[in-house]
Amino acid sequence: MKKPLLIENGTLIDPSQNLNRGGRILMVDGVFATVDPSDGDIPQDCEVIDAGGCLVTPGLVDLGVELREPGFEEDETVLSGSHAALAGGYTSILAASSTDPVIDSHGAVEFVRQKATEARGARVYVVGCLSKGRSGKQMAELGLLSEAGAVAFSDAPRAAPSDALLKRALEYCRMLGRPIFDSPEVPELALGGVMHDGQVSLVLGLKGLPTEAEDLAVARDVRLAEATDGRLHVGPVSTMGAVDMLRRVKSRGVVVTASVCPHNLMLSDAAMRSYESRFKVHPPLRSPRHVATLCQAVKDKTIDAIQSGHMPRSREKMMNDLDQSPFGISSLETALATAATALVRTGTLDWIELIDRMSTRPAQIASLDAGTLGIGRPADVTIIDPNAGWKVDPSQFRSTCISTPFAGMELIGRVRHTIVGGELRFSG
Amino acid sequence: MSVPDLTSFAERWDRRHLLDLESLSAEEITILLDVASRLKEATEGCRRKLSLLSGKTCANLFFENSTRTRNSFSLAAKRLGADTVEFGSSGSSTAKGETFADTAKTIEAMGVDWVVTRHGTPGTPNLLARELGCCVLNAGDGPHEHPTQGLLDLLTIRQHRGSLEGLTVALVGDIAHSRTARSNIWGLKRMGAHVIICGPPTLVSPRWQELGFEVAHHLDEILPRCDVLNLLRIQFERQHARPFPSVREYAALYAMNAARMRQAKENILIMAPGPINRGVEITPEVADGPHSVILEQVTNGIAVRMSALYLLSAADDRYRNANKASA
Repeated sequence: MKKPLLIENGTLIDPSQNLNRGGRILMVDGVFATVDPSDGDIPQDCEVIDAGGCLVTPGLVDLGVELREPGFEEDETVLSGSHAALAGGYTSILAASSTDPVIDSHGAVEFVRQKATEARGARVYVVGCLSKGRSGKQMAELGLLSEAGAVAFSDAPRAAPSDALLKRALEYCRMLGRPIFDSPEVPELALGGVMHDGQVSLVLGLKGLPTEAEDLAVARDVRLAEATDGRLHVGPVSTMGAVDMLRRVKSRGVVVTASVCPHNLMLSDAAMRSYESRFKVHPPLRSPRHVATLCQAVKDKTIDAIQSGHMPRSREKMMNDLDQSPFGISSLETALATAATALVRTGTLDWIELIDRMSTRPAQIASLDAGTLGIGRPADVTIIDPNAGWKVDPSQFRSTCISTPFAGMELIGRVRHTIVGGELRFSG
Repeated sequence: MSVPDLTSFAERWDRRHLLDLESLSAEEITILLDVASRLKEATEGCRRKLSLLSGKTCANLFFENSTRTRNSFSLAAKRLGADTVEFGSSGSSTAKGETFADTAKTIEAMGVDWVVTRHGTPGTPNLLARELGCCVLNAGDGPHEHPTQGLLDLLTIRQHRGSLEGLTVALVGDIAHSRTARSNIWGLKRMGAHVIICGPPTLVSPRWQELGFEVAHHLDEILPRCDVLNLLRIQFERQHARPFPSVREYAALYAMNAARMRQAKENILIMAPGPINRGVEITPEVADGPHSVILEQVTNGIAVRMSALYLLSAADDRYRNANKASA
């Protein structure tokens, strides 16, 4: 039996209950038992965490993480990835289907879930393939995948369903109650691109990923969501065009959600001037005007959620030239601090808004029992020192991948403890 | 002719790598050109070989096919007394899966003073400069830059006109895929020339205007204003999809031919970085005509490469001596 756990002296932040005040919270049997229990109600054998000076928030939820197992264990495993998640304050992560074999069968879902149980890191939820073999053509067995435990369907990252497939799948999924995630990009327009198509790519001679490759895909996605009344999540997005499109359809009442990666809120394409593969991310770092628009869209909820964009790739893959190096960085362990530095320190968001975008809202999008400190709900908690500045040192990462655009950079907001189901699983 | 005294130039030069022209100042470009002129004179006529760089070794590390640039660098090194060693991508270990950085480090470990590199991807020389301890010269990185090509174009124009200040120079053709264009653009701008970038909109981004350059799509409209035309080759091999309907149409709109020559200034210089596609961007009577300086460009190529090897080496010697002294 797990011991009861009490967190005291912290500031309780819970967007789901609009809670933002000092207090203590008691967890018993893996769920939240009491907020502000009287001394008499605290069990004798209770463990106590002193959260003085810290925020006590619902555990963070990540809508899209590549864990790379099975098939690409040199990049990341379920074990290393789910522990990197803990270090980043995440208690629930959704694992992408981009493995080998891909996650388009009952057995593949079961494999990842089994590995996750053994790993005892963050909770790992599986995103099943949208199409058989991630080919973008024929629908995967979405019903059976759902029964096996897949919580959403997607060919992301960097694989695009055809128009006809996406439409059919949105219709079909209505009976399953599971969302479809699309990472919007028209492949033909993005062919060969390595960075944002703009002034910097022009001067550097690097092939660009034009914004319209994303804008057109978002337009298609939201139109099909509206036409089918299906549950669609678009992301990560990175362009002003995508924001504009989302803002317009949302104001018309279309139900569609969207997410963004924290590095796209902080860095611009100018970073590529160093020609280092650690800035080669997808969607790409865009020009400062796009960055500013994205930050504003997170504020006004046009963009619902922030996802880490964790796409781990092994060191040897990243040691190549920019054309050969794959897209990808290790971002689970920097996502919260990046978002806090880009949004909270600048005064764009307050902490309760940031936790909404990184926990409560993503939990709602994926229909997870998470993102809240509500009584009786799973006791997933992140304890954050909001004022702690720290220098990113990739050699300290728990992730197998140490490629990060933030190496050596000073960020604010440090994860002190991560608790999953009432159990303390990470302290830093 | 005696060995020229270049120390006053070397003292004003600080770089150990030549990666691009974008980051060079007008003063630095002038030093490179001045040294090139003196070395050209000193090695002219009797084909005298100097011993300025004897005992040093230059490695040519080419991941893309090249004959003229590679030979030009080799000759430049040899004329200054240095040894050369050749590496190609097909015969080397990159074909066996080694990363280019590992290949370069292996070659450096054999003891070389310069690595001259050509690669299909922009930025590879920058990565090598960070990884290696020796001097790195960019001999072309994808569509990014080809600084010695830019320098030899500048030198050729300067020899004919005395200065670049105030000249109108048009770069015509496949700007999108041209490293020659990207080096010329910055070199010409620094030296005070007015740069026109001309070609179909699919090959000439309007963003060049945001960066302060004139963009034109009709050669006939700008031709009467031009002091120099630099005709860039259509790089079919770098294009994913053909950016114009046909070669015939391209030639009709952009090829420099006898009829267009009549619209040009009397003393216009016709340049082309080569290899030229006769009949595409230039017709034979223009390529071989009195305004063409295409072969002078080739000669000047050796001069600017000698200059770059010499100046980088001098800065490198100072850097190493300073490190030794502090250690």
